[in-house]
Amino acid sequence: MFDEFYFLQQLINGLTVGSAYALIAIGYTMVYGIIGMINFAHGEIYMIGAYTSLIVITGLAALNPVWLPLVLLVALICAMIVSSSMGWAVERVAYRPVRGQHRLIPLISAIGMSIFLQNYVHLAQGSRNIGFPSLIDGGFTFGTSEGFQTTISNMQLTIFATTLVCMTLLSLFISRSKTGRACRAVSQDRKMSSLLGIDTNRIIAATFVIGAALAAVAGLLLGMYYGSIDPLFGFIAGLKAFTAAVLGGIGSIPGAMLGGLILGVAESFTAGYLSSEYKDVVSFSLLILILLFRPTGLLGKPEVEKI
Amino acid sequence: MLSLENIHTHYGKIEALHGVSVEVNEGEIVSLIGANGAGKTTLLMTICGDPQASAGRVLFQGEDITHKPTSDIMRSGIAIAPEGRRVFPGLTVEENLHMGGFFTSKDEIRRNQKHVFELFPRLAERKNQRAGTMSGGEQQMLAIGRALMAKPRMMILDEPSLGLAPLIIGQIFDIIRTLRDEGITVFLVEQNAKQALKLADRGYVLETGRIRLEDTGANLLDNEEVQQAYLGG
Ligand SMILES: Nc1ncnc2c1ncn2[C@@H]1O[C@H](COP(=O)(O)OP(=O)(O)OP(=O)(O)O)[C@@H](O)[C@H]1O
Ligand SMILES: [Mg+2]
Repeated sequence: MFDEFYFLQQLINGLTVGSAYALIAIGYTMVYGIIGMINFAHGEIYMIGAYTSLIVITGLAALNPVWLPLVLLVALICAMIVSSSMGWAVERVAYRPVRGQHRLIPLISAIGMSIFLQNYVHLAQGSRNIGFPSLIDGGFTFGTSEGFQTTISNMQLTIFATTLVCMTLLSLFISRSKTGRACRAVSQDRKMSSLLGIDTNRIIAATFVIGAALAAVAGLLLGMYYGSIDPLFGFIAGLKAFTAAVLGGIGSIPGAMLGGLILGVAESFTAGYLSSEYKDVVSFSLLILILLFRPTGLLGKPEVEKI
Repeated sequence: MLSLENIHTHYGKIEALHGVSVEVNEGEIVSLIGANGAGKTTLLMTICGDPQASAGRVLFQGEDITHKPTSDIMRSGIAIAPEGRRVFPGLTVEENLHMGGFFTSKDEIRRNQKHVFELFPRLAERKNQRAGTMSGGEQQMLAIGRALMAKPRMMILDEPSLGLAPLIIGQIFDIIRTLRDEGITVFLVEQNAKQALKLADRGYVLETGRIRLEDTGANLLDNEEVQQAYLGG
């Protein structure tokens, strides 16, 4: 029997996780758009964002009592700074020296970087699962008394609101700011951009920094939402976000947003109506189907536009 | 103002320029003509440092720029409207112009954009149109306008007339004259040898990576060899 409140619950859960996927997917799509490579270390940048925020939250909790929104804000800013520095360093150390070489070389470098960062966190933080305090609780419940009760938690509302703010700021940055315009120009024609006196290396570095900062936001949000993290935390989420980016059309920012939401909802419906064990199967089947039948994704443009 | 001294440029192991020397003096229009594949674009791009010369020197206003990064060279008073125009297709006309003035101030952007719109009223009408959807002639105007946004002392133009209708070509050549009258030094590459030499104070003929001839524009127009090879007899 179809229960609309159960359906609504799956939709809300899907959109929650989907917005976080979208935040991570932006990093994949921006980097691909500008230098045409998949930054496979991006999932680890997200994971490091989650660890950084946990460390800051734990540290501040020792000072107790501290006003909660302030704790979250400080954790968020620290995570963004640490992840962005990592994103910047990864580009500088592992990608820039091999840029312009055969496609496989940056790819291997990226995978190497991903393994390195994962193992670094293993060593520094231990490989065990660490609990992440759910600092935001409570929520709203609605539905009929005899049927299913839909709950939308304050944590979920926080995820929606934060994602909305980030995406709005990003869109404004890309469409209005000088650096944002340069990001678009460099991704359309890097050589011409340097012929206009633009230091393209700095613009490329900026896309890594922005993507990493957004991934850090997702790291804090999903860490709290799932309630625990481990060094492999970035691996699956990274693959999911990559799938979202491809689904939406890699290189397209609105595509990454859309892809993230669709993927989140698809997973949640699979978990809700089939079994949560099929969740990952569905995402990766979706990835394969997209690659087979519409490699440019939903909103991606065919390569011909890049004359 | 600009001098190339015995420039050699390679693409991998292949040498495209075999010791080229060219001089462009302040306030001149200098035209470089040559057949397809002679190395004209390579020569212009070597000035811009992409690719860099493997031997020889490029001096601009007395400074050695041979091994400077492209973005630095293009901030030192040289601007280019490159082969194939290369406007940013997904950016609007106005955004393209702003990219041309990337390293200048907001004030200068406003002033230079006003000037570009006076030279090319067509661009003003199409300010918010995506550059990729414009006609070839409009794109060429945009490429020149974008280069002007940097307030260059020297302007490099690589085949600005390519693929355009005679009427538009006339307009483009008129603009090049206007640029010179405004005090901008022009280094022009053209396949349209007749018009390019008519316009030029001096000219060079490039043949498979070597300078074959060098003279005033008028003398080259009268030169028998040039008439045979580039002016259709
Ligand atoms: N990126 C490149 N890699 C390898 N070889 C190149 C490259 N660009 C040009 N060449 C070679 O260098 C030589 C000179 O080319 P260039 O483009 O400078 O000629 P051009 O005089 O501008 O010709 P056109 O009139 O067709 O524009 C040609 O033999 C060309 O094949
Ligand atoms: Mg050429």
